[in-house]
Amino acid sequence: MTVNVLMPALSPTMEQGKLAKWLKNEGDKVKAGDVIAEIETDKATMEVEAVDEGVLARILVPGGAENVAVNTPIAVITEEGEEIGPAEAPPSTPAAAPTENAAPAPAKAPDIPASAPQEAAAAAVPAAPAATAAEPAAPSPAVAVPEIPADTTLLPMTMREALRDAMAEEMRRDQNVFVIGEEVAEYQGAYKVTQGLLQEFGPRRVVDTPITEYGFAGLAVGAAFAGLRPICEFMTFNFAMQAIDHIVNSAAKTLYMSGGQINCPIVFRGPNGAAARVAAQHSQDYAAWFSQVPGLKVVAPSNASDAKGLLKSAIRDPNPVVFLENEILYGKQWDTPMLEDFLIPIGKARIARPGTDVTLVSFSIGVTHCLSAAEALAKEGIEAEVVDLRTLRPMDVPAIIESVKKTGRCVAVEEGWPQCGIGAEIAARVQEEAFDYLDAPVLRVTGRDVPMPYAANLEKLALPSVADVIAAAKAVLYR
Amino acid sequence: MTIGVSFQIDFLRFLSAAGELDPATPREAIDPELLLGLYRAMTRTRAYDGKAIALQRTGKLGTFASALGQEAIGVGIGSTMRSEDVLAPSYRDHGAQLLRGMTMVENLVYWGGDERGSDYAVPRSDFPICVPVGTQIAHAAGAAYAFALRKEKRVAVTIIGDGGASTGDFYSALNMAGVWRVPLVVVINNNQWAISTPRERESATVTLAQKAVAAGVEGCQVDGNDVIAMRHVARAAIEKARDGGGPTLIEALSYRLGDHTTADDASRYRDGEIVRREAEKEPIARLRKYLTARGLWSEEQEKALAKDCADEVERAVAAYLATPPQEFSAMFDHLFEHLPESMRDQYEEARRFAPKGGGNG
Repeated sequence: MTVNVLMPALSPTMEQGKLAKWLKNEGDKVKAGDVIAEIETDKATMEVEAVDEGVLARILVPGGAENVAVNTPIAVITEEGEEIGPAEAPPSTPAAAPTENAAPAPAKAPDIPASAPQEAAAAAVPAAPAATAAEPAAPSPAVAVPEIPADTTLLPMTMREALRDAMAEEMRRDQNVFVIGEEVAEYQGAYKVTQGLLQEFGPRRVVDTPITEYGFAGLAVGAAFAGLRPICEFMTFNFAMQAIDHIVNSAAKTLYMSGGQINCPIVFRGPNGAAARVAAQHSQDYAAWFSQVPGLKVVAPSNASDAKGLLKSAIRDPNPVVFLENEILYGKQWDTPMLEDFLIPIGKARIARPGTDVTLVSFSIGVTHCLSAAEALAKEGIEAEVVDLRTLRPMDVPAIIESVKKTGRCVAVEEGWPQCGIGAEIAARVQEEAFDYLDAPVLRVTGRDVPMPYAANLEKLALPSVADVIAAAKAVLYR
Repeated sequence: MTIGVSFQIDFLRFLSAAGELDPATPREAIDPELLLGLYRAMTRTRAYDGKAIALQRTGKLGTFASALGQEAIGVGIGSTMRSEDVLAPSYRDHGAQLLRGMTMVENLVYWGGDERGSDYAVPRSDFPICVPVGTQIAHAAGAAYAFALRKEKRVAVTIIGDGGASTGDFYSALNMAGVWRVPLVVVINNNQWAISTPRERESATVTLAQKAVAAGVEGCQVDGNDVIAMRHVARAAIEKARDGGGPTLIEALSYRLGDHTTADDASRYRDGEIVRREAEKEPIARLRKYLTARGLWSEEQEKALAKDCADEVERAVAAYLATPPQEFSAMFDHLFEHLPESMRDQYEEARRFAPKGGGNG
């Protein structure tokens, strides 16, 4: 019997990794438990063990190959004496299918993850891993960004790299900027966002903390009161709940409560919202929570370029900024301007895609859904305009209103819960300020009003999908 | 079985409740000019304290948290900090704050419900009064981290109550301060009461100072009603921190002779007889006995000081009462460094509804 050995995942969110080396050669006998290869991600190294006894008949992905998609067949193990032809394609077995596809398909059209086509491509051409190196986000930004001069060189960059570069640039520029959080230094960040910062700036400015969000957020706030510019990383914003007193009561209010004497130039940043398969306590979108608080600015970028320009602005801002990132987006690439000092103003939305028929408003990963939906709608002759809020507080309501005045229809998209959410705010503002322009009620596409399920199939159902956005857009168009 | 590790908590007192000085007291701690300065500062604090309560009782002040009987703690700390140091006070620390340069008018404006009272003319780097219990410990640790990072010879000092030592912030901040050895001094004003919760209901530990041990921080106890010992201990801790010796936790033992705040009536939950007994140990009378016995203080000087303090307080009250109410714009002025355009509508709406010249309309 022939068994495919698949590229394993170190975590539910891992999409690709490096096949560091093979420890067995083609033709070697292996038994269950033998280590046959080593794989690496930017986070860790893992050994691949054989699960069956047999012969390592074929190595499909050579040692040293980078960016090998999870679940790509990397080797074939046969029973002793069994032959496989040199040109024979690895057999496709149900076990080889990516787990995402193994989940029961929902009744409506499923959202297609941006990485899915690539996994398929990688599976089809397993020997050419280099071709899968880039992991571009679904549709690339087609619209000129006003902050970028026309002749600027653009290079693909992941959001992770963009955030890192933004921090490094600001740390070089201002000695008062420092990074503090759990695992930000030696480990280079739980999600590798602070990669290389310890090496460049040393342990006094890249500070690993004891495990106490309450403590290190409070300490960072005090450091900001004393004139530093802390970048306080939460491993995820779920853990920032421990520290919310310092964010809401200390950081956001002290300039006001000190009569203007003590300001708090701090950035609280980290991944927010659902990743994949991390369950109810690790998947929450706090955009609406922080957006409610006077004295805070809240930013949620949707792409690498914005992430860089907005994080640099956030670090320079004299007020506390909550900077909501997204784990799914960390590894995706976007064209990013190679500019010395690239700043995107906080409080300004951007038209991510121009359109005339319906306005889709979102932020963070929701913009990815909206752009995918807009592509699909365009095939049916519907031109959707996608407004990427970029900043949630202060919200660029005029940009939404301007778009709605043009289209007459509005759908707000977010991963968070519906009640008192960002979409609720958008709906309220649109009816207050553009009621006469509306041809249909404002609809919201949101996460379901439930704790995030752990089960993959239920998680998928609980999160807003491209199909949901398409359906809502059609509903406000009465189609 | 052998002892793995053992710890001890030192307790320091130089001046007894009867006003008798320990012969081992260091000479520099009992310099006459120093002691007279401490005495005047404590008397001034108490004069201000009493008047603030009276203002509240007559409806001229919002709320006030009295430091009656605990004046030695604030004065001991405030008298030994340097101007470039940072104080992160709680709501009962006007004794220290007045020595830092906060004015009585500013403190009255603050308790009168006006943020301008926290915009201090003099201690520009001191943090505003922290009402949430314990959160300022982490802030002070952060200031200390900033000093260490910038290699400044400055120290952050914070004062909390015995209840504050039960908070998560207390342990978190002390733990981080221990790991990074930042120049931080945390003083617990153990006045035995967290509103109506007595000391023994806050923690089963024999001392609060021993909590330092769990954070790898030096901890000690001091008689918080003995201003000589209080200042001595605070000075040693602050200068140790300044010289790179790391943080210290000081538990200052005192007693809250007054109510928790003017919104509280402590007679409902504690025995008046115990309060009367504790009042006999209070810090000002104790030092006066000693100064008088040493021939450093007289009845005439006492009367003159009382008059000076009363006059200063009256001037402060007059200035406070003459402070015009805030304009409508005050609630927006310091919300952000620059008001976002998105708030312009709310600003204009507030302007439309605000009575001219401020006030409640």
